[in-house]
Amino acid sequence: MPLETASAVAGKPPAVTTRTEARERAARNRKLGVYGARGVVLVAFLGLWEVCARTDVIDPFNFSQPSKIWDQIWQWITHGTAQGSLGEQIGYTLYEALTGWVIGVIGGVLLGIALGRIRFLADVFGPYIKVLNAIPRIVLAPIFLIWFGLGPASKVASAVVLVFFPVFFNAFQGAREVDRNLVANARILGADNRKVTLQVVIPAATTWIFTSLHVSFGFALIGAIVGEYIGATKGLGLLVAAAQGTFNAAGVYAAMTILAVVALLTEGLLTFAEKKLFRWKPADAGDGR
Amino acid sequence: MSTTPAIELTGATKRFRTPSGALHTAVRDLDLTVAQGEFVAVVGPTGCGKSTTLTLVSGLEEPTEGEVRVYGEPVSGIDPKVGFVFQQDAVFPWRTVLSNVMAGPRFRGVPAAEAKERARDWLGRVGLAAFEDRYPHQLSGGMRKRVALAQTFVNDPAILLMDEPFSALDVQTRALMSDQLLELWAGTSSSRGAASVVFVTHDLDEAIALADRVVVMTAGPATVKEIFTVDLPRPRSVEAVRLEPRFVELYREIWASLGEEVRITRERGAGRAA
Repeated sequence: MPLETASAVAGKPPAVTTRTEARERAARNRKLGVYGARGVVLVAFLGLWEVCARTDVIDPFNFSQPSKIWDQIWQWITHGTAQGSLGEQIGYTLYEALTGWVIGVIGGVLLGIALGRIRFLADVFGPYIKVLNAIPRIVLAPIFLIWFGLGPASKVASAVVLVFFPVFFNAFQGAREVDRNLVANARILGADNRKVTLQVVIPAATTWIFTSLHVSFGFALIGAIVGEYIGATKGLGLLVAAAQGTFNAAGVYAAMTILAVVALLTEGLLTFAEKKLFRWKPADAGDGR
Repeated sequence: MSTTPAIELTGATKRFRTPSGALHTAVRDLDLTVAQGEFVAVVGPTGCGKSTTLTLVSGLEEPTEGEVRVYGEPVSGIDPKVGFVFQQDAVFPWRTVLSNVMAGPRFRGVPAAEAKERARDWLGRVGLAAFEDRYPHQLSGGMRKRVALAQTFVNDPAILLMDEPFSALDVQTRALMSDQLLELWAGTSSSRGAASVVFVTHDLDEAIALADRVVVMTAGPATVKEIFTVDLPRPRSVEAVRLEPRFVELYREIWASLGEEVRITRERGAGRAA
């Protein structure tokens, strides 16, 4: 192999390499252009906001301004918040969201697969699940606060109810829509029901389940934040509520910004895990079939 | 070798409830016997119920009426002696080639090391030894079909059911696969006598080139119309056998019977469209 490449490099006229180089450069430039334009959009938006606030086009008391928001974040980072250090608040919120997410996902996947595989269960529980899904679940947060108190348990509970349903429906659909040929093939090859479920239905449904994991982590964060907002002793939602209570608009925005960063980071981690798990899929499966 | 037929269908009938609620008869009153080690091709107009016949033999479906016996035993559930090659891709996309071929033995409780050894052996025989770490989506259609063949043969089936296995392949690949199938089939004879094959196809060329007997089905509901014995010598090469005068003669004879059923099916389709 190395010999071949060496001869290819030596034998081919330099024009080819320059053309490849030119193409690579063009691709690089395009990428830089996109990043640059994104930067410009951000700067323009923040700049316009800042300028409008300083010139009193918009009321800085209500709408705040980027510099104040940054000051607020910086103050939280360096001096901590009224409820304790900023890291602690983020940690609490993440802990509640993650715990709720894990419980919700496990419950959703297990029940989804079970109901997808066992017709009888689906027929019995189907209507109840539809009814529960029809309830606007975010209003359950105050009830959970009454049941489980101000601590993390009530936030975990609201995260769980938000996460469970999308995951459940996707797992259910995934288990239902497994290619019948694959199941027939597995059975002919000698798989019993348990092996069909574990080695055919679950792998086939993972694509469906993973789609819901992305969305549902966002839901878990919402559940945790809303729970904290309604009543808590720690967490980013409490930060929002406290800032609002003192008419500190910058505080509300600052907490929102921190939340967005946290959500984006976890989303990135999830995409990374997905890539590892779906090596068996063609690279363009996302927009292909 | 005993004289018990490998497959025996007597008066087999299969009705389905269609989504609209009507009762559809796919197979009616079907009698068919396949001897041990025999290669039988089943031809018929499209959608006549050929595939249903295979699912009855495999145990994936039960007959509504009549009886299906495999080696003298009535079929109840899936028989481990049966192998099935599907029309569509049915290899597991999330498993590598090697793992796909290992699936059968592993499902049947063979230890991993032994399953791997057997799978490697069969991958070698279908010429995919170098591709064992690939995923199915990285292979061509013909290669995926060969994975499916290895996956089926590794279980050492005494009965091999094939449902238009090569219909999705291009003509050249198809001829190649047919030859390979004949080779693999001949190779099975070492262990326990050759496998009995039921090969469903709508390609009469393929049917005559491969089979000992060709069964012509009627337009749906399917039942046996006529059976022709293919007295071409083995071993055959699919490309070469096509040029023999006897092949052409057989083709003309069988087509006279099959063509009529194809015409009926076509007229029915036209009637429905009108």
